[in-house]
Amino acid sequence: MNGMTSIVKTVTRIVVGVIFIYGVYVITHGHLTPGGGFAGGAIVAGAFILLVLAFGSDVLKLKTKEEGSSVFESLAILLFLILALGGFILGTGIFLNNYFPKGIIGELISAGVIPLYNIAVGIEVAAALFTIFLALVIFKEESS
Amino acid sequence: MEITLSVILGFMIIGAIYALNAKDLLSALIACGIVGYGLVICFLLLKAPDLAIVQIVVETITLIIMVSVVLDSTRKELKEKAGTHMEGISKIYTRDVINIAAVIVFALFLLYFFTQAIDVLQPFGEHTTRMATAYIDGAAQKTGSANLVTGVLFDFRGYDTLGEATILFTAVIGVLTILRIKGKK
Repeated sequence: MNGMTSIVKTVTRIVVGVIFIYGVYVITHGHLTPGGGFAGGAIVAGAFILLVLAFGSDVLKLKTKEEGSSVFESLAILLFLILALGGFILGTGIFLNNYFPKGIIGELISAGVIPLYNIAVGIEVAAALFTIFLALVIFKEESS
Repeated sequence: MEITLSVILGFMIIGAIYALNAKDLLSALIACGIVGYGLVICFLLLKAPDLAIVQIVVETITLIIMVSVVLDSTRKELKEKAGTHMEGISKIYTRDVINIAAVIVFALFLLYFFTQAIDVLQPFGEHTTRMATAYIDGAAQKTGSANLVTGVLFDFRGYDTLGEATILFTAVIGVLTILRIKGKK
């Protein structure tokens, strides 16, 4: 896949960091404002997809990226399961229990485990969407 | 608000019908975008910003991927298929008449049962299940989350979220397995 024109590349260079930070904001503030793991993860994946579309790259580099993103995806769902199992072991023996102290409602560090669940789901969604996109690009170039 | 919703839903229906009949694949995709972004405005009007954010992001990503796929693909097979529609327009086949009549009859049937079913429902916005009141009453205190939707998703309905994450994981495995042409060594 070839890159696009220099206009697109310049705009991407400016915008992509902002999109990424916005995705991270939506993930981490999921328990305070609308959004959460799914929406923020999709925004982060969008930033990566924009990078690949604008700059294009050869297959070899993309292959290592695809392996990395699929590893991240597996690790994220493992993290989610471990957090859920933590409720089973540490808490009152209930799977997916909210076992951390709740804190004050409305503050960034509050709501117990929910922000950690949000982060795990965010990484999972971002890695999953980006892996699917990379698979489409790589396997098309392999077959041609 | 219901009038605005009806207008947007009408636009979405028109866009969907146009997407089916469009000659160009790219314009069909853009028409699909009308449906998706109309849905975003509907969610915002119905005061569901969580869903609206997810919908607008996923819609944009799928549109970008599909547009890049369409721009990348060869147009040969599309042009070959366009000619086949024009044959046999003057004749009226009895089979077509029967098909259309069957569709109309079934649509009327379904409309009748739909009106029957809709009479039983509560007015718009009032839930029928008792669980919803239990969720809303003191959910912020129970979960400690200011955003009620996240609190329900990750605390009361934790298994649902786990299942959704598993579905995504399975989908990625499926895509990687099906699309891979050469085996990995």
